[in-house]
Amino acid sequence: MADILTYVLHYEGALNKNSLGAVSEGAKRAAEIGGECHAVVVGGDDLTDELCQTLGSYGATKVFRAQGPEGLAPPVIDVMAKVIEEHGHGYALFGGGLLGFEIGAGLAARRHAGVTMEVTAVRAEDGELVAERPILGDSKISVSHYRGGLGIIIGRINAFETSQAGEAAAEVVDVEIDYSPWSTQATMIQRGEQRGADVDIEGADILVAGGRGLGKAEGFQLAEDLAAAFGGSSAVAATRAVVDAGWYPYAAQIGQTGKTVAPKLYLAAGISGAIQHKVGMQSSENIVAINKDANAPIFEFSDLGIVGDLNKILPKLTEAVKAKKGS
Amino acid sequence: MKICVLVKEVPDAAVEKRIDPSTGRMDRSGEKNLNPYDTHAIEAAMQLREGGAVDVDEIVAVTMGPESAVRALHKAVSLGADRSVHLSDPSLAGSDVAATGYALSKALESEQPDLVLLGQQSDDGECYTIGAVVADHLKMPSLTQVIKMDVEDGALRCERQAEYGYDTVSVALPAVISVGDAINEPRYPSLKAIMGAKKKPLGNVTAGDVGIDAALVGADGSRVQCGEFKDPPAKAAGQIIEDENTAETVEKIIAWLDERKLI
Repeated sequence: MADILTYVLHYEGALNKNSLGAVSEGAKRAAEIGGECHAVVVGGDDLTDELCQTLGSYGATKVFRAQGPEGLAPPVIDVMAKVIEEHGHGYALFGGGLLGFEIGAGLAARRHAGVTMEVTAVRAEDGELVAERPILGDSKISVSHYRGGLGIIIGRINAFETSQAGEAAAEVVDVEIDYSPWSTQATMIQRGEQRGADVDIEGADILVAGGRGLGKAEGFQLAEDLAAAFGGSSAVAATRAVVDAGWYPYAAQIGQTGKTVAPKLYLAAGISGAIQHKVGMQSSENIVAINKDANAPIFEFSDLGIVGDLNKILPKLTEAVKAKKGS
Repeated sequence: MKICVLVKEVPDAAVEKRIDPSTGRMDRSGEKNLNPYDTHAIEAAMQLREGGAVDVDEIVAVTMGPESAVRALHKAVSLGADRSVHLSDPSLAGSDVAATGYALSKALESEQPDLVLLGQQSDDGECYTIGAVVADHLKMPSLTQVIKMDVEDGALRCERQAEYGYDTVSVALPAVISVGDAINEPRYPSLKAIMGAKKKPLGNVTAGDVGIDAALVGADGSRVQCGEFKDPPAKAAGQIIEDENTAETVEKIIAWLDERKLI
């Protein structure tokens, strides 16, 4: 019998979808091991009683609420460590995303606990939780068992589905906390800044996505030309690496910290297919990849892979699509 | 200012990685290289030194691993580190990420750095996590996946992408910062630097030297037990075309798309 503690991230009064997935998953697994699922929230006045109580519909019975800075991991580590110390939770569960990784790892250090990241499935086995994590480019699944009083599970993004089964409001418990000196040494100057033009990639049927293989910012012209040739509901998307490099706007980013898409056709040009990218597009109906490196991981999960120079292939493909559309 | 850069030896990207069935651990034999993300951390340290906003007295590369890990240190000093520290001890083998972070934090404690830099992930395993483990043990603030870092009023002004867009965070020193690959373009080491790398000071330390509690490291001190593996659900392999004649290749792509009514 063990209770599960989750962390719920919020921004401007809305709860994070991956966090709600963690609460939903935690509630299901807690029921299997005879415990309850609880949640921790840290923030300001937008964490109203009403907002916190809604976590009950996802299966949380208690919500521990602390006043503190938002969007940074160390204060949350302090709060979760205190709640776990006082209530003896057996597991801490995170829905993935950058803060989940940071908090989970810091909590493992603080509480001398085991931590598994990029988890895609959690199971109950003999009254204990077991975490499954794909490794080696998703070619194997490693199974984690935990020793000691606390096991920490950090999900891969989108790994846990949200489900609103319950109706009861969660009990809200306010936590008084003295933050560790080092937890207040990082301060948010600006949060959630949007950079670049707004692009709608989530609604598109056809996405032409570009990565580092496009060579430079101007290389995106090739992707834009192809998307334009497809016409209709098509758009251009990008990997995190090229967005960070300033080649394409943030709003077009697919993957771990970007958007999750599932178009009818996902055409990846010059994208190697790192896990962080894969998690944002693997549900696409058809995946076509063009890459000059025959060993690129993307070929392992594409339906059609072309090993070749995209600078030669893309312009000709654009012409051929135009010709086909015109015929 | 003294900067420590955590580096790691990883299997070369071109080498196929596998699990050793006899130990249940990753087979780390074969061609090795410095974790590519760590080269960005060293470059970030070099740019702080060259930027002039702060005096960088020393850049120290630190690694934990078996004897072969010394090559990662040689690479690190050829890229600009002044000296290196190799934490190596049989008792550390089999440490999970929490135990590894603890051991590294003890090695760092002996160095008393003002800033610890590392790559945001390693090519071969643990993602995003080691920096946060190390930071909590050192009681320092930390930030991961940083893509821009400047010194401002004695603190670091860092930018990164988080769940809701770009965040800008001020981090007081001492601190632990893990950097993303977009933060810089690492330089190539000069031939002279490569030749001179083995002459730069290299300190070998054991677990006992830095006060590591043996009960908290190694396979026995780790709180995660791995060693059980299974295969993921099989996925049908896709079709692969080697582009030899681009006109033909494009024809095949069009036919494939047409068959699926995607045009």
